[in-house]
Amino acid sequence: MRALTWHGNNDVRVDTHPDPEIVNPRDAIIRVTSTAICGSDLHLYDGVIPGMKSGDILGHEFMGEVVETGPGSTLQKGQRVVVPFTISCGHCFFCQHQQFSACDNGNPVEKQDASEMLYGHAMGGAFGYSHLTGGYAGGQAEYVRVPFSDVGPIVVPDGIEDDKVLFLSDILPTGWMAAENAQIEPGDTVAVWGAGPVGLFAVQCAFLMGAEQVICIDHYPNRLRLAQKFGAKIINFEETHVREALMEMTAGLGPDAVIDAVGMEAHGFVADNVLDVIKQKIAPGADRGHALRQALLACRKGGRVSVPGVYGGMLDKWPLGAMMEKGLTIKSGQTHVQKYTKDLLRRIVDGEIDTTFLISHHLPLEEAPTGYKNFHDQQNEWTKVVLRPGT
Amino acid sequence: MTESQHDDAPKRANKDDKDGNLAIVGRSVLINRPRAELYAFWRDFTRLPQFMHALESVEMLDETRSRWTVKAPVGQTVTLETNIDELVENETIGWASTEQSQIKTRGRVTFADAPAGRGTVVTADIAYEPPGGDIGRLVAKLFAAEPNIQARHELKRFKMLMEAGEIATGANRKEDERGDK
Repeated sequence: MRALTWHGNNDVRVDTHPDPEIVNPRDAIIRVTSTAICGSDLHLYDGVIPGMKSGDILGHEFMGEVVETGPGSTLQKGQRVVVPFTISCGHCFFCQHQQFSACDNGNPVEKQDASEMLYGHAMGGAFGYSHLTGGYAGGQAEYVRVPFSDVGPIVVPDGIEDDKVLFLSDILPTGWMAAENAQIEPGDTVAVWGAGPVGLFAVQCAFLMGAEQVICIDHYPNRLRLAQKFGAKIINFEETHVREALMEMTAGLGPDAVIDAVGMEAHGFVADNVLDVIKQKIAPGADRGHALRQALLACRKGGRVSVPGVYGGMLDKWPLGAMMEKGLTIKSGQTHVQKYTKDLLRRIVDGEIDTTFLISHHLPLEEAPTGYKNFHDQQNEWTKVVLRPGT
Repeated sequence: MTESQHDDAPKRANKDDKDGNLAIVGRSVLINRPRAELYAFWRDFTRLPQFMHALESVEMLDETRSRWTVKAPVGQTVTLETNIDELVENETIGWASTEQSQIKTRGRVTFADAPAGRGTVVTADIAYEPPGGDIGRLVAKLFAAEPNIQARHELKRFKMLMEAGEIATGANRKEDERGDK
């Protein structure tokens, strides 16, 4: 089969690999019909996530048709499914508590050591996202082996196009959980850093959860326009003092909840970020946390901080005093995708959430490297790339 | 295995993790399955190779004695004879190498109910003669380079097998499975 393959920093190619097969009883094989490039794939592309090996197949947002099932799978050949990026067993303590991304049994034993050392506990398993999360082959491919196929994939009805449901695999549940972690109350102002796909979904979800005002912060005019489309007020950090603006837009209170949908590769030419960029170049595992620092400082006293943005290593100049003295609550984590897919599929079918607005480009799988390059270099225009294997 | 006199931490977490001449490794793991089921699975030593990957096979010689065939470099194997010397239904299984055995080791696994229906706490303590000489090299192979890591891996595989019914692998094809380390 053909698959988008990581060879090194800013070097991805479409290579030929052997087709996957059923290895464990609960496996299924999916023929991929649509797969997206995620903002977090750009962290792999840039080499700021440790644990990548040349030859790894990327991609964790995908859907397709079931073509083969193991004896423990409950799927049937021919079904259309969207596959959560998190590989979760459904039976351990964490899965039973709906904390699917923390599943104990999805990440192969030998692969758990690295994250256990880095983070104190092993990470769960995920598709196409380095050997820290299992070294699983990803979904930017013609076929994918899907473990635990009896609890992960969600079957979607015929007659609803791929583009509408594809993002159930990651970014829509991630935006939803970001808003949920902000514990929104009536009258709240929610500030969202990053008008990327997750930030834009967080904007929509925050309104659905009852936010009075949502303010989105970015520097790409096109992306900010998308946020505006969903009713958000916008701040362009290249033109405006962000914290001052947020204070003035909330009667001097500050946002009740802040969402960092940026993560470890924050943009912006300010002192702390310039230092962070240098550190990240010379020391893998160093995070750039400008957005998060700003969010912590802006958040009102007793407010809530939600961090869906991906971080992988260490961060200094962390305003710990702001967290303590203001009594902030911080909630974060990789998304517990399986917890949300059913409810969100219903909301898509009912037309409550617009999922297709952010797709700027469709490309054949063979042109995936171009997709990566442009999604990386031209973030204003390339807001979301969907790849179609077999076209 | 003696517990520390100083605090409530298990001996295997002490900075001095020796018991006489034997080094101690071990680990606790929470498994979301009933105690009796886990005990019954472990009690049949012929199943140990399913999650202890250093073992090629285990053969029962009688009710309590078993011969363990351990994988060694260049396709060779080493055998080890153990005897079950402690058995409390649904609670404890203890074993020790026999006099004739080249390798001196003993182990004990306990099963206890976790609070609030969280399943079972499985604790394995394994004591072994620290590597040294020819025998030491065999022991080193038995417990891999870092015995603590090996013990942790084995318990995690046991947990996967019991909870998920299978052991996770990132391999895309069966032939890649064992190469996926």
